[in-house]
Amino acid sequence: MLRKLVAVSAALLIGLSGCGSGDDDDTSSEGPVKLRFLSLAWQKDSLAANRELVDKWNAEHTDIQVEYVQGDWNSVHDQLLTSFEGGDAPDIFQYESASIGEFAKQGYLADLSGLLSDGFKSEISQGIWDTVTVDGKVVGAPFLLESQVVLANKKLLDAAGVTVPAAGQAWTWDEFQANAQKLTKGGTYGVAWALKSPTNRVMNLSLNFDGKFFYTEGGKTEVRVGDAEKEIPRRIHDMIYVSKTASPDAVGMGGTDPLPGFFAGKYAMLPGGVFLRQQMVEQAPAGFEWVTLPPVKGNSANQAANPQTLSISEDSSGKKQAAQFVEYFLNPANQARLAQGDWLVPTGKKAGEELVKATGGKQGWDVAVASAADLTIAPFQTVSGYPEWKTKFATPALQQYFANKITLDQLGTQLVDGGKQVLR
Amino acid sequence: MKASRTTRAFQYLALSGYMVFLGFPLVWMLSTSFKPPREMVEIHPTLVPHNPTLDNYVDAFTEQELGRAALNSLQVSLATAVLTVLVALPAAYALARFKTRLGTVALGWVLLSQLFPFVLLVIPLFLILRQVDLVNTHAGLVLVYVVWALPFALWMLQGFVRNIPRELEEAAAVDGATRLQTLRRVVAPLLAPGVVATSLFAFISAWNEFFFALVLLKSPDLATLPVTLARFVGVEGIARLGPLAAGSLMATIPSLLFFAFLQRRLTSGSLAGAVKG
Repeated sequence: MLRKLVAVSAALLIGLSGCGSGDDDDTSSEGPVKLRFLSLAWQKDSLAANRELVDKWNAEHTDIQVEYVQGDWNSVHDQLLTSFEGGDAPDIFQYESASIGEFAKQGYLADLSGLLSDGFKSEISQGIWDTVTVDGKVVGAPFLLESQVVLANKKLLDAAGVTVPAAGQAWTWDEFQANAQKLTKGGTYGVAWALKSPTNRVMNLSLNFDGKFFYTEGGKTEVRVGDAEKEIPRRIHDMIYVSKTASPDAVGMGGTDPLPGFFAGKYAMLPGGVFLRQQMVEQAPAGFEWVTLPPVKGNSANQAANPQTLSISEDSSGKKQAAQFVEYFLNPANQARLAQGDWLVPTGKKAGEELVKATGGKQGWDVAVASAADLTIAPFQTVSGYPEWKTKFATPALQQYFANKITLDQLGTQLVDGGKQVLR
Repeated sequence: MKASRTTRAFQYLALSGYMVFLGFPLVWMLSTSFKPPREMVEIHPTLVPHNPTLDNYVDAFTEQELGRAALNSLQVSLATAVLTVLVALPAAYALARFKTRLGTVALGWVLLSQLFPFVLLVIPLFLILRQVDLVNTHAGLVLVYVVWALPFALWMLQGFVRNIPRELEEAAAVDGATRLQTLRRVVAPLLAPGVVATSLFAFISAWNEFFFALVLLKSPDLATLPVTLARFVGVEGIARLGPLAAGSLMATIPSLLFFAFLQRRLTSGSLAGAVKG
């Protein structure tokens, strides 16, 4: 038996040393520049678009060859952190603005301000660029956005006499709540608020009423919960427990969990990210009519922008070439294609126009693209203690409030106290 | 007699319930792998798909190189299992048979090494492997897996060695067998179930491991199954359930086959009647 084990082991080791080794020769001084691109595309169409664009680039640029590596959203942070620490980071990688700040502060990311052309930069609004600017350095090229819209069951809207607003003619929160009231009847709730992870949603929507939560004065940041910050939690809470126009069952659900109920006519409207439209197209039963309503507005329709980004590693030996690839990859036509594949909104103006043209504005693309104009940086995105505050204090407190276990004032106190502990 | 039958009936009932409990996730995964997207969000889901489809399998295999990933996983896991047993076997024998103070300390030390979490070790490991050009190689990953599996394997195996009556070895020695002959002809056959159990443990640890494979292998060609399957999960944990179920189901087949192949040997080294007092 031992002899057999030794023989098998030797064979395996020989095999492993022969065929299990990756080509690590990307620092060769001769031949084409080799770049590694870590992509987080995961949807079928988006994956195909990513691969096709990389193949096309490689065919057109024999002197700069890009290796496509697919990562995944759940482990990319650990993967990047380890590779930065180990000095083996990908040259170009996809991530999101809210998460790259930490890497930028540690000096791992290249400043793209001098690497990207003015033409490329002018395509994207300053509010979006602000989300990827850390200590004056541009550390990512923002390209895909997610805004919060409202998906609605068209037949139920028609039956209740509720008119669908056009893109750019959003309902106010008062109108939204009044329409939810009209739609609540016969076992159907007007709205399903999926609030399993409520913090980001509350932070995003609170910009509608100028709710900032984080205030910085004299270099010190603190959490404040005034009337502006209370507005969104109060309105959502009232819909669930006062007017009873929102289903209490949905409170503990994640983003896509209410879909079966939505398709079954249990809920008439479903607030959520624009990507939910893909679930509508793929999963809605035959004959189910759905529409995308523009983001609801308060004092404004502003929402926080957390764009997906392409960043370049500071240690990359081909930063200039990597920037060329980024510009190519995110040119208006390509960006429109990537956005369409992921059901998200492109950051570029021309890309948005191309996307609406290509889709005819159907499947909510007109509304989705128009919503990009209201996306901007929010104070919570620049606070380094935000992830900890969110996990330890804000999420549990908001969950309790939306479960009707604490009052609005108690919610405010818990958020402020949590801020004091985290932002010391 | 009647009470005994009732007891037996309850035992079988409990056993059946337990088997359903264990098997249901696998059956649900099988069902999901054949469901079209619309059936995955039905308010009253069914176990048997209304309109079964192979699209999920097609997507899983065309979008990701699952075949190659499975081969990589198999290669890495087999090598880990074999090397772990090869290293652990003599060490376990020595620890079990030769009583020294060093042995006790060594066993404690081995257990202590299990207390360190993955995350704490991964960066130093990465740097060390990089120094010896083993990052982005299966050999490097196998080395890590063997080191990771070794402490527990050692503990397992030395338990099996202890269970072999020393008298058998002494009897062999009295009959004129050398130590090597005793090991080969007496100890080795009796240790077979232990070796099999330990190999299974090492194999399954390596087969399921995700984090080291993610960090240490950067070339797409070298990716293992867990890393490849994770790509079906997207932002905020939203998964493409169909292809994920199809891929996961295919991923379990090699390990099930490996288990089925070795399981028979788990009981082949029975000691019944070996020593009569």
